[in-house]
Amino acid sequence: MTAITADHLLTRVRELLAAHPPADTDRADFLRARFDAGLAWVHYPEGLGGLAAPRTLQALVDTELEAAGAPDNDPRRIGIGLGMAAPTILAYGTDEQKRRFLRPLWVGEEVWCQLFSEPGAGSDLAALGTRAVREAGSGDWIVDGQKVWTSSAHTARWAILIARTDPTLPKHQGITYFLCDMHAPGVDVRPLRQITGEAEFNEVFLTGVRIPDSHRLGAVGQGWEVARTTLMNERVSIGGMRIPREGGMIAPVAVAWRERPGLRTHALHQRLLELWVEAEVARLTGERLRQQLAAGQPGPEGSGMKLTFARLNQEISGLEVELLGEEGLLYEDWTMRRPELVDFTGRDAGYRYLRAKGNSIEGGTSEILLNIVAERVLGLPAEPRDDKDLAWKDLAR
Amino acid sequence: MSTAFDLLYSETEEELRSAVRALLADRCAPADVLARAETGRPHDPGLWHTLAAEIGTAGLLVPEKLGGQGAGHREAAVVLEELGRAVAPVPYLTSAVLATEILLGCDTPEAAELLRELASGRLVCVPALPLTQAPGAPLPAAVRDTGGGILTGTVTSVADAVAADVLLVLADTGLYAVPAGAVSLTEPVPLDLTRPLATVTLAGGAGTRLADPATARAAVAGALLSGAGLLASEQLGLAQWCLTETVRHVRGRHQFNRPVGSFQALKHRLARLWLDVASARAAARAAADALATGAPDAPLTVAVAQAYCSGVAVRAAEECVQLHGGIGMTWEHPAHLYLKRAKTAALTLGTTGHHHALVADFAELPSP
Repeated sequence: MTAITADHLLTRVRELLAAHPPADTDRADFLRARFDAGLAWVHYPEGLGGLAAPRTLQALVDTELEAAGAPDNDPRRIGIGLGMAAPTILAYGTDEQKRRFLRPLWVGEEVWCQLFSEPGAGSDLAALGTRAVREAGSGDWIVDGQKVWTSSAHTARWAILIARTDPTLPKHQGITYFLCDMHAPGVDVRPLRQITGEAEFNEVFLTGVRIPDSHRLGAVGQGWEVARTTLMNERVSIGGMRIPREGGMIAPVAVAWRERPGLRTHALHQRLLELWVEAEVARLTGERLRQQLAAGQPGPEGSGMKLTFARLNQEISGLEVELLGEEGLLYEDWTMRRPELVDFTGRDAGYRYLRAKGNSIEGGTSEILLNIVAERVLGLPAEPRDDKDLAWKDLAR
Repeated sequence: MSTAFDLLYSETEEELRSAVRALLADRCAPADVLARAETGRPHDPGLWHTLAAEIGTAGLLVPEKLGGQGAGHREAAVVLEELGRAVAPVPYLTSAVLATEILLGCDTPEAAELLRELASGRLVCVPALPLTQAPGAPLPAAVRDTGGGILTGTVTSVADAVAADVLLVLADTGLYAVPAGAVSLTEPVPLDLTRPLATVTLAGGAGTRLADPATARAAVAGALLSGAGLLASEQLGLAQWCLTETVRHVRGRHQFNRPVGSFQALKHRLARLWLDVASARAAARAAADALATGAPDAPLTVAVAQAYCSGVAVRAAEECVQLHGGIGMTWEHPAHLYLKRAKTAALTLGTTGHHHALVADFAELPSP
């Protein structure tokens, strides 16, 4: 097989645009045609949205299509599907599952959510207690439990779900991974209102939910291993963004500083400059990571970027509220809303301050990530622990 | 904003790093550095000769037609990372960076001749400027030409002057090359024993004029920018050594029947320090690359790197002392050499506060 080159991909892009001119093609039709042309994820296999091309060539395709005015699939809205469900289904799914799920996922016709965290299993995710019991006869799984912090659950058609299938085994071993139909009877999605006043997340109650065995991903009891693929991709998607100088949270503060001289004090100036420098250094660190990935030398910096951005977002938004003086005493609107996306730039400073508090909790708390850096990057010994070999049912909770 | 900046290390740069690291491992172990520092004569002329002449690092910034390597700031930055890692007492920053850049800015036959000597490693040349002199700050006006190149005046805190064959002196009438024999030095006791300081007194010594006042000032300003940008790489190397040594220590040191590195309080501190060092690497590489390519935003990138890397180096050295426990406070353990270098480097070529003020100018974030 000959390697797919940049020229080859550009030819394909031109063919796609000629056959489906973006100006007179329905958005979803165009996206389906793009998927079928192998230009969705160029590194995925042929027939599944890709051409088995080098992953680094994706940017070329995206740029070319964007320049031609082609519609995109709103990747932020379907981020969980794209970033987490898809790579996991690709790695562990049956041929049937890959054919069934990947295309509507990528086109955005089916939104995905992630049923992982539980009230009793946050940072210690493997302690989860949602049960899946196999029904004799049908072979279906019956699921009972409660999940939490589920973004997009109110718009999702499908979920990736981990549940406990054998409580007598140690906690990492008795878990199985499923694809859960969010429209199935017994799935109850309730808004979870946060400190911002918004209900960006949900709680999901699962009561006697029936999942056919054909929607199991990976072997029974292999769920933790499968989930690690999902979680690894979650962190990659958080760390891999490219931002311009003065992009991100520092932008509104810098703008306010320039446009409103009356707000300036010497003490605030010192803090602003420190944070501006740190934001610029974080941008450069992210850029260096991106260059390492592009050069095929992934560095461990990825595990650190989320820590840096969480801390910076919190400090910068805290400064912004203070800088605004009397205006900082106010809040735009406490009405409960149900946004599909986190919108840091579209809201006021108070919102940014409050929402940024989640940055050091969601997707792995900063404390857990620091342990990961210490153990996997620096090679420091793990803390002694006594939960690894105990049966899940015997753990304290 | 520059379009194509490169924050990685090239293969050539990695080869250069290996050569420098091997030399320093062999000839500049911390115990050697300490022993020399205790004699009051920290410089090792033999080590300098190998580094500058045989490996050819002294001429990295000098074009080939002037006998140099025709490399650039990215390569010099890699050398400085390794020198920082070893707290090596060599006049690299002063002679191969600052003096070299000043001479490159002069464009006279006399300057070209000196550059050839510098690049070959035969001559050490240091600028007669206080080590604290910052880019963007007013230049000192202490030295006067009393006529015919006869200079009088005093310059304090001149780094590596004791190792210099020639000093570059900025006077009211231009820039002069003054042989070391024509000046008198007094040596105060420095906080950093590995980068000795001297007060340079010019009492009627004669110098060779290299540039007129305007050219001289522009050349010095350019050199200070390069120096500040590349100092970030020395600070990065220093911080990296402190982190690596501290991790090694806490993995091996047992207390409470456990390696102390298994305690979460220490793990989190070291993980944060690792993050700081990884960030300092991006900042220092960006500065070296911006200088190498003459990027329009180089002054901002240098100010960012200096404002950031000084703090990281000091923090790394302070954590190194603290996490080594009692041994970290002793004279025999090299941690103090790193702490002293890190703290003085934070004052070198502009403090963090000075570089913040530069960032305020370049990024248009004016003070109240």
